[in-house]
Amino acid sequence: MPTKLTINGETRELDVPDDMPLLWALRGELGMVGTKFGCGVGLCGACTVHVDGVATRSCSTPVSSLAGKQVSTIESLAESPVGRALQQAWLDADVMQCGYCQAGQLMNATALLAKNPSPASDEITSAMAGNICRCACYKRIHAAIAEVAANGVSADA
Amino acid sequence: MRELAQTAQLSRRSLLKAGALAGGGLFLSVTLPGMAQAATGGGAAELNAFVSIAPDGVITIVSKNPEIGQGIKTMLPMLIAEELDADWDQVKIVGSDYHPTKYGFQFAGGSMSTPMNWLPMRQAGAAARQMLLEAAALEWGVAPAGLRTSKSTITDPASGRTMTYGQVASSAAKSKVPDLAKVPLKDEKDFVIIGRAIGGIDSPKIVRGEPIFGVDTQLPGMKYAAFERAPVFGARLRSADLEAAKAVPGVEDVFVIEGGDNPAELVDGVAIVAGNWWIANKAREKLKIDWDTGEWASHSSANYDAQAKKLWAEPPKDTIVEEGDVSAAFAGAAKVIEAEYHYPFLAHVPMEPQNCTALVKEDGSVEMWAPTQMPQSGHQGVAKMLGVPGEKVTVHITRMGGGFGRRLTNDFMHQAAAIAARKKGTPIQLIWSREDDLRSDFYRPAGWHKFRAAIDAEGKLTGLEDHFVTFSTKGEIPMFAQMGPKVFPAGYVPNLKYTVSQMESRVPMGALRAPQSNALSYVFQSFLDEVAAEQGSDLPTLLLSLLRGKPDEPMQRGFGGESPGFSPKRAIGVIEKAMQMADWSTPAAEGRAKGFGFYFSHNGYFAEVVEASLSRSRQPVVHHVWAAGDVGKHIINPHGALNQIEGSIIDGIGQALGLAVKIEGGAVQQSNFHDYPLPRMPVTPTIDVEFVKSDNPPTGLGEPALPPVVPALTNALHALTGKRVRSLPIDRKLFA
Ligand code: FES
Ligand code: FES
Repeated sequence: MPTKLTINGETRELDVPDDMPLLWALRGELGMVGTKFGCGVGLCGACTVHVDGVATRSCSTPVSSLAGKQVSTIESLAESPVGRALQQAWLDADVMQCGYCQAGQLMNATALLAKNPSPASDEITSAMAGNICRCACYKRIHAAIAEVAANGVSADA
Repeated sequence: MRELAQTAQLSRRSLLKAGALAGGGLFLSVTLPGMAQAATGGGAAELNAFVSIAPDGVITIVSKNPEIGQGIKTMLPMLIAEELDADWDQVKIVGSDYHPTKYGFQFAGGSMSTPMNWLPMRQAGAAARQMLLEAAALEWGVAPAGLRTSKSTITDPASGRTMTYGQVASSAAKSKVPDLAKVPLKDEKDFVIIGRAIGGIDSPKIVRGEPIFGVDTQLPGMKYAAFERAPVFGARLRSADLEAAKAVPGVEDVFVIEGGDNPAELVDGVAIVAGNWWIANKAREKLKIDWDTGEWASHSSANYDAQAKKLWAEPPKDTIVEEGDVSAAFAGAAKVIEAEYHYPFLAHVPMEPQNCTALVKEDGSVEMWAPTQMPQSGHQGVAKMLGVPGEKVTVHITRMGGGFGRRLTNDFMHQAAAIAARKKGTPIQLIWSREDDLRSDFYRPAGWHKFRAAIDAEGKLTGLEDHFVTFSTKGEIPMFAQMGPKVFPAGYVPNLKYTVSQMESRVPMGALRAPQSNALSYVFQSFLDEVAAEQGSDLPTLLLSLLRGKPDEPMQRGFGGESPGFSPKRAIGVIEKAMQMADWSTPAAEGRAKGFGFYFSHNGYFAEVVEASLSRSRQPVVHHVWAAGDVGKHIINPHGALNQIEGSIIDGIGQALGLAVKIEGGAVQQSNFHDYPLPRMPVTPTIDVEFVKSDNPPTGLGEPALPPVVPALTNALHALTGKRVRSLPIDRKLFA
C-alpha cells in the first residue's frame, strides 16, 4: 500500500515495498541523494534525517512507518535558522575533508541544537558520538557546533 | 622508512601553448613532459595545467587530480593563482575528466601531488601573468618591466593607469609565449595566496547536500546493481541457482559474471539488477551459489600466527640488509634484549562505499563515472577487459567520499563495466554494501617482527636484528607487504641485519594511508623505546644520539622522480620541537604518562608525543597529542594541512585502540562498524601542531603525520603501566 508522508514540506506518495528503508526511497525513488549511505544498519549516522524534528537513521526506518509524518532532509536544512547557522559555521571552520559524512553530521547537530541550544562541550561530544567521520574531522565538527551554541541563532540568520 | 620517498624534480623541457578563447580572452596550457612514471609502470607521463582568463575577468583553472578529501582541488589552483597574481574571488575551479593525453598524470596517493606540482603550477601562473603584462605594456606604449600586478589588475605606477586582466586578456592571446623555464617567479616572501587558509572549493555544495560524489551520479534510465562474490579469497564460482533471486518483485535481471583470479580486476560473481539498489541488494539472500574454495578455506589469522612463529624458529629465507658485523656485536654485548611484535590486517573503509556507474553503448563505446584515485589503470583495465580501444572509454572522475588508498585499485570499475556490458544502452550504478567493502578490500598486510638488540657495557646500542615475517601471493611478496633496506634505524646502528620470511596467502593486500610506514613505525619505534628503557634513557634521547652529527643522505630515485634523501638534521629538528612542545622532561600529571614517536615517510618528518591514561574501567584514553612536522618551507593551505594532520592522528589512534581484520575459513570475519569500530568523537584528544619550516620544497600531508602516533601511544601506555604493547590492536586485558 502506498505511504503518504511529507518530505521537505511537500506531500509525497511512495509506492514501495513496506520494508524499504526511507534512505533508499529518497535516493532511488525520489532522486534526493543528499542523504548518504554509509553502513545501512544504523551504525554511522551518514543517513540522518529529521522525522517530526527528531534525528532519525533513514537506513533503518521503513517507509511504511512514516505515514503522516514530516520528514526533512539535508536538501531543506537551509530553511531552518539553526541549520543555516550550522552550515555557515561549517564553512567558516572548514570542517570537512572528503565531506561524505557531513550531511548526517549537520542533520544530527541541528537536531541537537534545536533541543538544547547551549550544550556543554561533553554534551556535544556524546550527542555526536553516533556519527562516524572516517576522515576524523571531529575536532572541527565539535568546534563548529560550539561556535553556533555560543553565538546563538537569530531567527533571521 | 624511506623506500616510498618521492618528489618530482622539474624537467627542463616544457611546452607552453597559448591562444585565444572562443568568446575572447586568453587560454593557456602547459605541458611538462617526462615528469613522472605512471605508478602502473607505464612510460613517461605528462603533467599539464590549464588556465583561461575571460573578458569578464573570470579565471578558470582546471584541477585535474582526483579529490579524495585531501584538498587538492583547492590547493593546485592556489599555486597557479599566486604567481598569476589573481584575485582569488574571481577564480573558478573546475574538475576534469580522466584524459590520458590531455591532462597527463592524474593520481591521488602517496602524498605526491604537492611535490610534483609545486614548481610547474607556479610557472604556469607566472607565464600567464607575463603575457598579460606584455599586452598591457604594448597598449600603453611602455616597457612591461615597470608595470605592477595585484588582484587581477595591472597598474602603471608612472601614469597611475590601471587595466584588469579581463580587459587585456584577448590581446594577451597574441603576446609572445614565454620560455617557461625562464619566467621569473615571485619572491616567496611576497606570497599572498599560498599560506592563506582557504576553504574547500566544494564545501558550500557539501553543506547543502548537492550531488557531487560518485554514488550521487544519476542518469536517465539508470538501474542499480549489487554484486555477490565469493566470501573466501581465491575461490571460484562452480555453479549458481539464480531462480529464487529472479523471482523477487522488482528484480529485473540476475546473471553470472565470469572473472579471473586477479582480485584487482574482475572476480567471479553474480550480478543482480533492479530499479532500486535496496531491492537488488536484498535479493542476494536468495542466491544459491556453489563456490570452489580450493585450499583457501583453511586459511585463518590463527594459522598465519602459528606459521609466523614456526618461520621465526627457522633460518630466514632472505636478507634485506646487513651492515657491520652483527654476530660480533651480539657476542660482545653486555645485554641482549628480544621482543616479538605483530600487527593485523586493516581495511580502508572510506565513508562512501565503493561504487561506479557505467554505460556501455550499443556501438561498444563506454562511459564511466568513477570515484577512483587511479583513473589510469581503471581506464586501461576496462578497455582491455571489454576488448575496446582506449579512446572508446571515457572516465569521468567524481569527488570521492574518502580514499585512504582503497580507490587506487579499480576492481569496482571492472565489475560495473562487466555488468553494464550485459545491459547495453542502460546506465548501471553498482554499489557495494558496507559488508562488501570490509570483506573485499586490499588490506594493509599483517606482519610479524622478531627483534634483538645488543647493548654494550657502556650502554650503547651496538647491534640490531629484525626477522620480519610477511606474506607472498603466488610466490611474490606484494609491494606493500615488503620492507625496504633503509627502514630506520638502518644506517644509524653500526651492526644491523634485517631478514625476511614469507608464507603464502590469497588475502588481497594494498596500500593504506602511509603504506608500510603505518606498521613499521609501530614496531621499530616501540622496540627502540624498549632499548632506550634498557639503557635507562628515553626514546627521543636515543634517537638524537643515533642521528646527531650524521650527514644528509644523497638524492634518490622514486617513482615520482628524484627526491631528497633522509635528512638527520630535519629529523632532529622535529624531535626537539616535539619535546619542547610537550614539555617532555616534565612528567605528566598524576595518573597520566607521555610517550614518544618519530617517523619519516612520504618526504615528511613528524615527531609526536601522546599523553594517555587508563579510564576507571582500565581502558586506554588519549588526552593530548603534540605533533611537530617538517614538510618544507611552506604550508600551502593551512586549513587543509591541519585537517589532514588532525585526521591522521585520530586515524592512527583509532587503529591502535581497536581495529583489526581477522581471517577465518579463508574469509574476513568483520562486517560493519560494530566489529570494525572506527574512532568516534569521544576519542578525539586535544591536538597541538607546529611546523618546523625548513628550506625545502613543500611536500604532502596526507600521510606522514599518522605513523608516529601509534608508537607514541603504545610507549605512553608502557610509561604508565610498565606493560609493553607488542601486538595491535591494543589488548585491553593487558591493563585489567
Ligand atoms: S547508513 Fe544509516 S546509520 Fe549508517
Ligand atoms: S569528512 Fe570524510 S567522512 Fe567525514
